This record gives sequence, C-alpha cells and structure tokens, in this order.
Amino acid sequence: MKTYRKDDVVRIELVLNGQQRSGTCEPRTLLSDFLRHELGATGTHVGCEHGVCGACTVNIGGVAGRSCMTLAVQAEGCSVETVEGLNRGQQDLSDLQQAFRRNHALQCGFCTAGILMSCTDYLRRNPDPSEDEVREMLSGHLCRCTGYTNIVRAVLETAAERLGRPHAGWAHPDAPGHAGTGPDEQGRLVNA
Amino acid sequence: MKPQAFDYARPDSADEAVALLTEAGEDARILAGGQSLMAVLNLRLAQPSVLIDISRVPDLDYVRTTGKHLAIGAAATQGSVEWRATLAQEVPLLAQAFPHISHFQIRNRGTVCGSIAHADPSAELPLALLALGGEVVLRSRRGRRTVAAEDFFQGMLMTARAPDELVEEARYPLAQQGVRYAFDEFAGRHGDFAICAVAAVVGPDSIRLAVGGVSDRPRLRTWPRLIGNSGVDLDAAINDFAWELGAKDDHHASAKFRRQLVRHLGRAAIDKALS
Repeated sequence: MKTYRKDDVVRIELVLNGQQRSGTCEPRTLLSDFLRHELGATGTHVGCEHGVCGACTVNIGGVAGRSCMTLAVQAEGCSVETVEGLNRGQQDLSDLQQAFRRNHALQCGFCTAGILMSCTDYLRRNPDPSEDEVREMLSGHLCRCTGYTNIVRAVLETAAERLGRPHAGWAHPDAPGHAGTGPDEQGRLVNA
Repeated sequence: MKPQAFDYARPDSADEAVALLTEAGEDARILAGGQSLMAVLNLRLAQPSVLIDISRVPDLDYVRTTGKHLAIGAAATQGSVEWRATLAQEVPLLAQAFPHISHFQIRNRGTVCGSIAHADPSAELPLALLALGGEVVLRSRRGRRTVAAEDFFQGMLMTARAPDELVEEARYPLAQQGVRYAFDEFAGRHGDFAICAVAAVVGPDSIRLAVGGVSDRPRLRTWPRLIGNSGVDLDAAINDFAWELGAKDDHHASAKFRRQLVRHLGRAAIDKALS
C-alpha cells in the first residue's frame, strides 16, 4: 500500500513517451500540471480543468484520458504518452498529424494536442470507423476554430490511408505516396 | 480550479481499502476513475481529508458473467465493459446506453461502480441498472450486503450506502429470451447530462419503463403487457408516469418540456423494443 500525507513532497517516476522521467509533486497535484510544470512537457494544454473541453487529453497506460481529472500520484509507474511522442523515432510528423495539416484540421491549435491523443487511441481500437463514430469520439473535445468538419475528414483519411484505401488526400502534394510513387497494382500506397 | 490538499492512500487489496474506509471515517472518499470526483474536487465542491484510490486494486478490477448477471467490479472502467465483444448479447440495454454516457475519453477512465455510487439523477448506468432490476454489492468491515437497485438510489446524489461501505460490485441481469430492450435520451449536446433518458424492457408479460434526468433519482414503472395492445391506454399510463415524476423547471429545460420528453421518448422506446 502507498500512502502520502497531504503536505508530503512526493517523488513520482513514470515513463513519458518511452523515457523514464521523475519529478516531485504534492498528492493533490494534477497530472496535467505535473507534465507541464515539473517535466516541462508543455505540448499538453489545459483548458477547463473539469473534464469538459478535452484539451488536456493524454494516453495513460495506453488509453486516452483527461490529465486534469487524474492525479499525478495516480500515474506513478505508468506509461504516459503525450503529443510530443507522436512522431517518436521518425523525422516527419506522424501520418495522423500530416492528415491534420493537409486538411486544415486546426487553426489556433490549442485543442489539437488533446484531439490527436484521443484519435491515436481510438484508431488503434477501431481502425475503420464510420463518420458517425468519429463524431461521437470527437464529442469529447471542444474546438472553436474549425467546426470539426476538417478534423473528421483528417481522421477518416488517416484510417483509409492505414487500410490502403483510396482517399481524397492522395491528390495533395503533402500526401504520402504522392511524389510519383502512388498506389501500387493492389491499390496500396507504396511508402505509406 | 485545483483541489484542496488531502491525504492519499493507494491500497493493494479490497480488504485494505475497506479497512482504510472504516478508519478514515466520513471525511474519506473513494477515488476510482475520478471522472465525477476529480471535477468536484477541482471546483472545490467537496474537500475530503483522505482519498482512497482503488483504481489499481487487482481484486476489484473484473468484468465477468456469473450465471444470471454481468458482474462489474469497483475498479473496472466503463470502457472495459463497453469494448467487451460480447456485451450486445449479454446486456443489450447497456450496449445501447454506452454511446450516450459522456464521452469516449471519460468512459476510458470512469468506472461503472463510480457512476452508481455517485448517483447523479441523469446518469445512464444507474438508470440501466434500475430498468433491468439489477443489484449493488456493498462491502464494509462488517461484511457484505446486496441491495436491489430500486432500494439503492434514494435521491439526488443519495444512496443506501453507509459511510464505511464500498460499492464493491454492480450486477446487471443478463439478457433473457423473449425480452426486448431499448434505450434513448435527449441532451443539449452529445455526451451532455441527459435532460431526459429512457430505458424500456419489454417481456412477454410486462412492460418496464425507467426514466432518468427528470426526477431526483431514476424512476421505474411496470405495466402488464396487455396494456401494449391498446396504444391509448399505454399513452395514458406514460402520461400519468410523466406527471408523477415531479419534473421541475431549471435552466436546461422546463418541467413541461421534460414531461413531453418522457411521453415522446418513453413511447418511442417501448415501440422500438416491441418491434
């Protein structure tokens, strides 16, 4: 059993985007504040701090959740993924991030980090979602710039791309497979 | 928007959790998924002195069928039930209700038992438990007791749970042959608190209709199936039920609108279950 007194300074270790990290906090410190203030991972944004806006969504133990509704001490020893880790081990943005850029799925970008983390978890579990399912998943996020249409398009395009299915984004100069390679005879993207 | 300071304990077993709850007294709160409690703490609507975090207690993290029920342990998340491949066959009403419960990201961490212990009058999981005639298992140092959903929910955020008791398990009855289920709700936006939510359970002999979001707790009415043969009688019965719920005006909706939702959604859910 772990117990901490309210005025203890607690040292928390966790795995952030594949790296072992540690920092200190109080038992009442929110995971969102611990990530930003203690570990300097400011990619995660904080909006409403009561679970409504979705900006602070990160992946905790593999599933998307609100970091403002999780205590840092609850994440002790867990694996936490944030937007900083999305394109880990690659030079370019991840396929999901590229689809967001292609489709103009963000404007000010405040909500984007949380949305990307939700979509990452969701597409892993439901690789071929319908538009309705994507909209249901996105209902947990507030975006005041885009009107969501372009976000939905980017998510559906990412799913199609991963399944090797044709989609409108292929015509875009930024699309993977665009630069002369295109789909092979089975309709799959050569370098996707 | 930050919680007030509290002591924190993370027990390794249900026994430890229950012992801690007895020692800490009325000022302690159980923290499981935190999807209701953390918002309450951040807004400082509650200032408990001790939080007992059961989210990692292995013997409370289970979802299993036990003869007549789908038994859900206190640490099992809503997501772990929702993404169960066999849920639509096991408890079809729950499968229909899940998309209405807040959002994907909240269901990933929120627990089923947490929602039941919180007893928000507009919450879907208590409503489904009541509609199906489910049970809640309460555990304390004194032992275990099983309470029927009908007796468990006692008012706005009020339940039959004593301060030293842990909601250890929720038991949703499994689907029965010849019984049909339907769930629907109306909310301002998708995932918002329900202004009116309905669950219909239609069997060979009876029609059960449960309504959430209108009264101070989920409410249930049961009518003999005969009534379904005459649409007029059923509409009259639902209208009586709508008035008995004691709907009130608030900034989300008027009492009149809520009664109309009970009549409209209630009838539509029963028809859907009958079809």
